[in-house]
Amino acid sequence: MIAHAIFFYIFSLIAIVSAIMVTVSKNTVHSVFFLILDFISISCLFIMIGAEFLGMIMLIVYVGAVAVLFLFVVMMLNVAQQKNQWLLSEDSSKHIPVGLIISTLIFFELIIVIGGWKYKPDLFNSSNLDISRELSNTHSLGQILYTDYIHIFQISGMILLISMIGAIVLTFRQREGVKKQSYLKQISRERSEGVEVLDVASNKGVKIDD
Amino acid sequence: MEYLSSIFQEVYKILFLLIPVLVSVAMIVWLDRRVWAFVQKRQGPNVVGPFGLLQSLADALKYIFKEIIIPASSNKVIFILAPIITMTLALVAWAVIPFGESQVLADINVGILYIFAVSSLGVYGIIMGGWASNSKYPFLGAIRSAAQMVSYEVSIGIIIINVLLCVGSLNLSDIVVAQKEMWFVIPLFPMFIIFFISSLAETNRPPFDLPEAEAELVAGYQTEYSGMMYAMFWLGEYANILLMCALGSILFLGGWLSPIDLYPFTLVPGAVWLIFKILLLFILFALVKATVPRYRYDQLMRLGWKIFLPLSLIYVILTASYLFYFNLLPTN
Repeated sequence: MIAHAIFFYIFSLIAIVSAIMVTVSKNTVHSVFFLILDFISISCLFIMIGAEFLGMIMLIVYVGAVAVLFLFVVMMLNVAQQKNQWLLSEDSSKHIPVGLIISTLIFFELIIVIGGWKYKPDLFNSSNLDISRELSNTHSLGQILYTDYIHIFQISGMILLISMIGAIVLTFRQREGVKKQSYLKQISRERSEGVEVLDVASNKGVKIDD
Repeated sequence: MEYLSSIFQEVYKILFLLIPVLVSVAMIVWLDRRVWAFVQKRQGPNVVGPFGLLQSLADALKYIFKEIIIPASSNKVIFILAPIITMTLALVAWAVIPFGESQVLADINVGILYIFAVSSLGVYGIIMGGWASNSKYPFLGAIRSAAQMVSYEVSIGIIIINVLLCVGSLNLSDIVVAQKEMWFVIPLFPMFIIFFISSLAETNRPPFDLPEAEAELVAGYQTEYSGMMYAMFWLGEYANILLMCALGSILFLGGWLSPIDLYPFTLVPGAVWLIFKILLLFILFALVKATVPRYRYDQLMRLGWKIFLPLSLIYVILTASYLFYFNLLPTN
């Protein structure tokens, strides 16, 4: 039990510190790396409370896919070289009041949310779902997700699909004059079309039409 | 005191798994070069030790005593972290590989997801190495590699879903036991082929070794690395290849099960069968390296997204409908 507590505090400490470092660190690529560290320690916390499936999915989806895209964008934008001096420079200081207002709003919202937080004495017994303790995480999740909540599950799938199509439509542009290769044409090329054997007369040469 | 002894026991078990894996990684490098050489009618490494078996040891010694050069303009912490992460992740995944009935370090319920998660984290070693080097070739190699690994992971995930539909459990031991009557390579043969090709791409093996295409990118993300750090990248890469071979033999070739379920074959311990299957898949990997020319990058992406992904999705639907229609869905 003590080892459990020690690991809990280690992981939560790493999570909090890296979450702070995401916002504080000056290099954007570093903050993405801290974000990844945050995700990993949170999935460790998930695994520690027994939600192994959620923890693994968190690793696969957020760390394995989403954070890679983050890193791609940040590395491509080359923001790492920019000196982060917006606090001191003259022209960008007008953003500070707006940022301050938004952050105080979020701060008070968080206080309201956390202030109204009620800790249920035993979460498992109070739920009205019929879950047996024998089943593994994955089984019980599947049994709930594909029976009672199938419509919500499918609607969320639809929303994801629509947002994917939207992103593709927004970024897709038809460009003129782009050379494309037809794989079928390349594969179906025969020797007779590609090579022609000629008898070349001396001092005359061959006219190549191109 | 009891607590300490249990910790020591765990450490002993971990070492008992790790040291053979590391030794076999060194041996597999020798085997790779040897098979490659035999295909090309060369001898390959045959000087150090009997049949050149100690060649990898000699190489490792050379790497250890070489100077580690850290580029002045690199991001030093991340530069050093990258090979460490690659190697750690490649070794950490071995914890859930079952070598026999209840011969597994961690028999967790979500074993296959764990392996999938760890292998998807493997991208970071490469991206970090490429970015921290602060040089053009490593960066291009890292971006290529990350895009390649992310794309092929999708099709590997869907192939794994195919297998899981037939098993009904995410535990690797359950997956092996479910193949007692018939190995999944028979009903899911097309998926086995796609898995094999995707694992070539996932581990950056030829013909998909574009991240380190030496003709255009010098050595890709490894360009700036030297000495022990380069050796760690190299060890991690080969440990990953072995892991993908192990995963393939567990998912499709029946893991530790003997090919024929009869008396003299069942006497052989399961670990031997698993190692035999891993070696078989690895020799296939090496033969592919020796015979197939490198893919072009756009062809690689097209193969992943336009051919493998739809094919494996269609096969998921086929498998699910077949199991549902004949009422064969696993219930537990």
